[in-house]
Amino acid sequence: MQWETVIGLEIHVRLSTRSKIFSGASTAYGTEPNTQACAVDLGLPGVLPVANEAVFRKAVKFGLGIHAEISKRSVFDRKNYFYPDLPKGYQISQLYLPIVGRGKLEISLNNGEESKIIGITRAHLEEDAGKSLHEEFRSMSGIDLNRAGTPLLEIVSEPDMRSAEEASAYMRAIHTLVRYLEISDGNMQEGSFRCDANVSVRPKGQVQFGTRTEIKNLNSFRFMERAINHEVGRQIDILENGSEVIQETRLYDSDKDETRSMRSKEDANDYRYFPDPDLLPVIIDDDYIEAVRHTMPELPNEKRRRFMQELGLSRYDATMLTGSKEMAKYYEEVLAETRQARLSANWVIVELISALNREKLDISQSPIDAKRLGGIIKRIADNTISGKIAKQIFEQMLTSKEDADSIIEAKGLRQITDTGALESMVDNILAGNPKQVEQYRAGQKKVLGYFVGQVMKASQGKADPQQVNRILRARLEN
Amino acid sequence: MVLNDEDVRNIARLARLQIDEADIPLYTTELSRVFDLVEQLDEVNIRDIIPMAHPADAVQRLRTDEVTEQNQREKFQKLAPMAESGLYLVPKVIE
Repeated sequence: MQWETVIGLEIHVRLSTRSKIFSGASTAYGTEPNTQACAVDLGLPGVLPVANEAVFRKAVKFGLGIHAEISKRSVFDRKNYFYPDLPKGYQISQLYLPIVGRGKLEISLNNGEESKIIGITRAHLEEDAGKSLHEEFRSMSGIDLNRAGTPLLEIVSEPDMRSAEEASAYMRAIHTLVRYLEISDGNMQEGSFRCDANVSVRPKGQVQFGTRTEIKNLNSFRFMERAINHEVGRQIDILENGSEVIQETRLYDSDKDETRSMRSKEDANDYRYFPDPDLLPVIIDDDYIEAVRHTMPELPNEKRRRFMQELGLSRYDATMLTGSKEMAKYYEEVLAETRQARLSANWVIVELISALNREKLDISQSPIDAKRLGGIIKRIADNTISGKIAKQIFEQMLTSKEDADSIIEAKGLRQITDTGALESMVDNILAGNPKQVEQYRAGQKKVLGYFVGQVMKASQGKADPQQVNRILRARLEN
Repeated sequence: MVLNDEDVRNIARLARLQIDEADIPLYTTELSRVFDLVEQLDEVNIRDIIPMAHPADAVQRLRTDEVTEQNQREKFQKLAPMAESGLYLVPKVIE
């Protein structure tokens, strides 16, 4: 039977604020345990939560970024469950009136060759829980509540994805978007960007969804794809054996590459939500939304479209260059320097990115900054150097701080454009290779490539290959 | 609405309340009566009424995003039954 996969994602994005969502404690990561857990975060009696304005601004920014309806009136609810890293016995969240309503996001597939619109059901604000450490204390668990009360935006998608690749592309698109919007650092190692996947399969053509399972805490793009593929395989096996998938929460084990059932109590999903009496409804007016709109940067999809339409870049190049805020910024800086859209795109994508990948570096750690890379490209564009020489200069720049012009001067790498000098080089090569000249004249035209190579070698790469080509043809065909 | 014994056990478990088996029939009767009282509200026509999120007719005031709390870990951990290496210790819970 042909099976179809159906995936919806819940992404938790940690909003980058200085203080917590309902208290004035710091949100800094990686500090000594419990040094940033104040009386409100600990749920001590008699304390009151006071909401942080910045989280609303960031949530509204996200809402505008996915073209969603912003709720002018949003309400906080209590989600009740008991766990030691949740001191109050409830998490403050939004169930009935979330801040961001229905929206959508375009994702790129197959290196940007295809795209798809993914529906976003809602995005709501909530507080994060603390952390439980089970390893160090024999029969006890250690609780660190520094993270308790850190603001999260939970983004819930529609079940619109049909493969692990689409799910991963959507997760990347959200990651890129929140980084562009500067509402989160998106740091996955630190848990600033976490994902749960709802996965089900159904016979192709069936309208009704199959029974889904939820895979928890997928904190890398690669693990998410692997976990989903594994889970899809597991569900198909069950169904093809005539059994039924049980609706449950599963945990992905990246070491074993498998998902396993979490021992969830049967009442785990009975959260008994109700409006939090400690918090009043939050009212957001049009002026507030308009003020946030004024701070919106160009969105990744808009930028990609502009790169294609105004700069004439291919879809692939435009997708690559807008894949992260830092990449786009780097390219735009190179472009400002060179005014050569395609040549610059090519250099950033082909030379720079492969060099960075080789060294396992991020674009923000590039040993060559945009201005220096622009310096090389400018000299290619004005014919001072050939592409081949440019690559040599590029290699040298990776380990030095020099700019292109000083390397060109110091090493005498200027392209030979003096026609007389090139002509005599060509003559020398032809005189030294009478056999090949005969072959060419007998109709073996591809010998031309050999001659070009010889002249380039004689010029130490400094001849303009096109010019050499022209001179060779003129000589050989007369 | 009439609750049965199992409902009462479930409610107690969710609220982490230890109750005496012998008291369950009493709770069942009394909680059912509370529900009956609440159910009277079903008779009111609320079609044009906006759901109320809070009894006070006021709007949440928002705080500026500033760190205003200092580290008071020592003070707080004195209240806890057990703490070690800066962590609160609790009976092991793994899910």
